[in-house]
Amino acid sequence: MTTRYLSYVFLLQVLIACAQPDVTISTPDHTNYTIDVIVPDLEIPWGMAFLPDNSLLIAEKEGQLIHFQNGQKTNIENVPTTYVRGQGGLMGIAIHPNFKDNNIIYFTQSSSVGFDKSGGNTALYRAVLQDNELQDVSLLYKAEPNTKKGVHFGSRIVFDNDGYLYFTVGDRGNRDVNPQDITRDGGKVYRLRDNGEIPTDNPFVDVSNAKTAVYSYGHRNPQGMTKHPVTGEIWTHEHGPRGGDEINIIQAGKNYGWPKITYGKNYTGTTITKDKALPGMEQPLYYWIPSIAPSGMAFVHNSAYADWDGSLVVGSLKFNYLERLTFDNNRVVYREKIANQIGRVRDVVLGPDGFLYLAVESKGICKIVPNP
Amino acid sequence: MRISIFFLFLSSVTFAQNNEEDSYKRGQMLYDDFCVRCHLPDGTGEAGLIPPLASADFLQNIQATVHSIKYGLHGPITVNGVRYNNTMAPMGLENDEIADITNYILNSWGNTTDVIVTEAYVQGIKETK
Repeated sequence: MTTRYLSYVFLLQVLIACAQPDVTISTPDHTNYTIDVIVPDLEIPWGMAFLPDNSLLIAEKEGQLIHFQNGQKTNIENVPTTYVRGQGGLMGIAIHPNFKDNNIIYFTQSSSVGFDKSGGNTALYRAVLQDNELQDVSLLYKAEPNTKKGVHFGSRIVFDNDGYLYFTVGDRGNRDVNPQDITRDGGKVYRLRDNGEIPTDNPFVDVSNAKTAVYSYGHRNPQGMTKHPVTGEIWTHEHGPRGGDEINIIQAGKNYGWPKITYGKNYTGTTITKDKALPGMEQPLYYWIPSIAPSGMAFVHNSAYADWDGSLVVGSLKFNYLERLTFDNNRVVYREKIANQIGRVRDVVLGPDGFLYLAVESKGICKIVPNP
Repeated sequence: MRISIFFLFLSSVTFAQNNEEDSYKRGQMLYDDFCVRCHLPDGTGEAGLIPPLASADFLQNIQATVHSIKYGLHGPITVNGVRYNNTMAPMGLENDEIADITNYILNSWGNTTDVIVTEAYVQGIKETK
C-alpha cells in the first residue's frame, strides 16, 4: 500500500518534472540602464567579493588575487600557487561573516597539493587579509585525487545564516565514478564550519568511509551558488552537458542525480541516460535547454532596480549576457537578457550599495546603473 | 645492401606514421577534455559565437593555430569569411599536448595536412600580442 502510494507520488513528480513550461528568454527592446566598466583590463575575473569598506576583491583565474580600492588595483601577496589547467585556476572568494572584526577571507583554487605525482584538484583556503598580504594561510579542504583532467573544478563559496560555509567541487571529468559515490570527492556540495571543522550534523558523518564534509551529491559542475535573501536557502546552478544546465536548492544529504538522471545529452548528441527522474533523486528547480553555460549567481534584493527585486540573475558564458529569472512559487515564469552581448559573464554579485556588478572575461568588472 | 636500405626506409616511414597516429589519438582525448564543449565533437562550433574548426581557413596558418591554443585568443578573428569577436582562454597545456591537439585538429573533419607538429615546434612559438 505504502509502496503503491509512494510510486504514485513519484509518478506525479515525474509528470510535474517533465512538464517544465517553455519560458523562452526575452530580449527587451528598451533598456533602462547603462553599463559602466569600473575595473578595466582583467582577463578572466572568476570570482569577486566586496569588503565592508566597499573595496573589491577579484580572483583572476590565472592566480592573482586583486584588491581594487580607490581606483587602484593591488595584487595581494602570499597567495598559494595555483595549478592552472583547463577550467581550473583561482576561483571563488568569500569573506567571513564577521570580516570587519577578524579580516578572514576564503578562496578556492585548483591545486597540485597532495601525494599524487601530477595533476590537481580543488582546494579551499582560509587566510587573514592584512595590508594586502595574506597571513595565517591555512588549507581547509583539498579534494582528492589529483588528476590532469581539465574540467569541472566547481568552485563557489557561500556562507549561510548559521555561519556554515558551503563550497562546490565538480565531477573532475570522471562522471561515472565520482558524483554518485560519497566516499569520493567530486560532484559534491560541501559544508564546513568557518574554521574548517566538519559539522557534527553533516548528513554523512556516520557513514563508513564517507567524505564527511559532503553535504549533497550527484552534481556535475556547479559554478554558481548564492544564499536566498529571504529564506536563507542555498541555491546553486550547474553546467549540464549538451543541454540540462540546472538550478537546485541544496538540502542536506540529497542526491541531485548526475549522471543517473539528466535533461542533457553528450556533446556528440548521444544519450547519457534515458532517465530524467528516478526515485531518491532530486529534480532541478529549473533546467536550461539549450545550455547557457551558467556562471555566477545572485538574488536581486533591496536593490537599486525597483523592478528587478525578487529576481535571480545568472551569468551566461555561452551567450554573453546576464540572465534574469523571476519566479512564482519557485517556478520560473519569466526570463530576460540583461547586458546583451557584453561578453562572457563569469560572475555576478549584488554590491552592498544595491547595484549589480558583473565580472566579464577580457573586459573587467561592470556596474549596471539605472538611468535617472 | 640495397634491400636493407629499402627496409630502413620502410621502417622509418612506419615509425613516422605510428608517431603521427599516436599523437592524433592523444590529441583526440585532449580535444574531448579541453575543447569539445565549445567547438563540438564535429568541429562545427556555434554560429556567430564559436568559430568552426572543420574546413576552417584559419588553420592553414599553423603558427597562428598553435599560438591560439598556447596563448589563447582575444578580440576579433575571421574564419571562412565570418567575423568572431570572443575570447578563448589559454588552457595551461604542455607543449607536447598542444602538438597532439593541433595534429588532431589538422587531420579531422575533412582537414588534412602533410605537416606533423612537434613539441619542439610548439616550444618555439613565442607570444605575440
